Amino acid sequence: MDTQPDQAIIRVRDLAVGFGSQIVLDGLDLDVRRGEILGIVGASGSGKSVLLRAIIGLVPKQRGSIVVAGPLFAGATSACDHDGSSVTRPWGVLFQQGALFSSLTVRQNIEFPLRENLELSERLLDEVATAKLEMVGLSMRDADKYPSEISGGMTKRAALARALALDPELVFLDEPTSGLDPIAAEDFDELIRTLQQTLGLTVFMVTHDLDSLNTVCDRIAALAGGKVVAQGPMSAMLACEHPWVKSYFRGKRSRAAASAPN
Amino acid sequence: MIPPLMTSVMIADRLEFAAAGSWTAANVDQLERLVQVAAPEAARARGVVIDMASVEELDTLGAWLLERLARSAGDGKDTQFTGLKPRYRGLIDEMQRVNLQPRPSVESPSRAVMALDKVGRTTLDLVSDVLEFVRLLGELSAAIGRILVHPQQFRLTSAVYHLFRVGWQAVPIMALITLLIGGIIAQQGFFHFRKFGADSYVVDMVGILVVREIGVLIVSIMSAGRSGAAYTAELGSMKMREEIDALRTMGFDPVEVLVLPRIIALVCALPILAFLGVMAALYGGGLVAWFYGGMSPAVYLARLQEAVSITHFEVGMIKAPFMALAIGTVACGEGLKVKGSAESLGMQTTTSVVKSIFLVIVLDGIFAMFFASIGM
Repeated sequence: MDTQPDQAIIRVRDLAVGFGSQIVLDGLDLDVRRGEILGIVGASGSGKSVLLRAIIGLVPKQRGSIVVAGPLFAGATSACDHDGSSVTRPWGVLFQQGALFSSLTVRQNIEFPLRENLELSERLLDEVATAKLEMVGLSMRDADKYPSEISGGMTKRAALARALALDPELVFLDEPTSGLDPIAAEDFDELIRTLQQTLGLTVFMVTHDLDSLNTVCDRIAALAGGKVVAQGPMSAMLACEHPWVKSYFRGKRSRAAASAPN
Repeated sequence: MIPPLMTSVMIADRLEFAAAGSWTAANVDQLERLVQVAAPEAARARGVVIDMASVEELDTLGAWLLERLARSAGDGKDTQFTGLKPRYRGLIDEMQRVNLQPRPSVESPSRAVMALDKVGRTTLDLVSDVLEFVRLLGELSAAIGRILVHPQQFRLTSAVYHLFRVGWQAVPIMALITLLIGGIIAQQGFFHFRKFGADSYVVDMVGILVVREIGVLIVSIMSAGRSGAAYTAELGSMKMREEIDALRTMGFDPVEVLVLPRIIALVCALPILAFLGVMAALYGGGLVAWFYGGMSPAVYLARLQEAVSITHFEVGMIKAPFMALAIGTVACGEGLKVKGSAESLGMQTTTSVVKSIFLVIVLDGIFAMFFASIGM
């Protein structure tokens, strides 16, 4: 086990991922500490989503190691180096488009992981699903709608509720605020913050949203050239001299975002 | 993992529960039992105190069950949580805010009413389906009209590409299936006709049946399943990904750009496939006649020439383009009806195949009556 005070829940070492002859990630090192919200930034095509998918095991790695510490809620303390074979996963994932099952209602989408993994009575299942729905700010009226009938913001909320259905310790968010209007995005940021504090989550968040980075993230890691070129809080990003990081955090849009009142 | 525990003590009208251990999803069956047992006790007490000092782990599920226990005491009674670890405070607070409104109960009408409702809806759907079909035919005619005025607007490349897919690429499977069908008809003929010594009439049966009916029918049904389903799925997924809306906003008519080339390709391909199918079926019949019926190919061909007239051939071939039009229109129409979900894509594809096969058979019946009345 790690003896550092900031215990790493995910430890990525020398990770290389590629498709055919194209190398996306090359020798990437990254630690995600327990209980933090880590934001991943990078240019389009720099491999942010690939990194996320490699950690959750959807994309095979070519080299290196990814260690995800065992879930707290199951009482396990062993670390598992996953190769896509472990059955129950200690994490929830919010995909970019929500990835709600289109043939199930919102409520059924949230009930699905509960029903498949736990032996719950119908009453408790119903109550827990409703609790999750209300925690992410959806109303009972939306619960029985199908994913094609709800708005983009509601889809994200429902998908977050599904990701949190099993009370995971670790949550992966792939561009949670993309496609939302600024007000909805701000609400969603706040929701992530609140839930993170309430449920004691560790959040791994891929984002482009400078406001999200500013307000929600404890730490930021910037990806360029297949590596993490800078990591640390916002101040470290602003001080970083890497050309891409510099233009990203000190560009026109970021100055506007930083100067805007929060 | 520490198993969850709960003890209760009555102190001056107030029931004090002491919860301990892991109140997490992993122990859900024990937790639910504990709370179910404790709930009636709580309902009888004047007030409820839940001491959580010894709770080692807590998640949403456990927190909700404790909150449910507190609520089971009933309204207006004094309930409180004590010994709460600071990190669980937020979770308990959150749980106190949820599940406050009762589920809106949906009244389900009686079975008879539901059955009637279904019949009514199906009837209305049938009417709107017919209207939809006619509307698409109308749009198609309008598109053809525009193309006749401005021939350079016709999507020739697209039409040729679809002709390749629904025509050329379908040849092997169509030939194989019709060859087998021809062979089977001939075998059945020989098996039964032999009893009457009417072997030679097998050729008449195979010839007329295949040329007039079976050839075009089998090829049409195969096309509905093969090409029609593909049309529906293609247009449906384009609809789902808003590609059709994009076309419309750019000022293109989806019927002209997407539907017309597909239908024209099918209308061109089906007669060719039907002809090849008829030939393959006659060939299959000939093979069976030779190897099973002991009839030499020369005799088979001579008998065929006597039995099958050009009229029979015409009757068969005239039907093919109409079948193609029906299949193509239904398939494209169903594709454009797809809504957002994957399930709806599957449903429309099924509907497309079922409807177009049904329509092919109905058309065949109408043609049979028509040709009988004009004496062909």
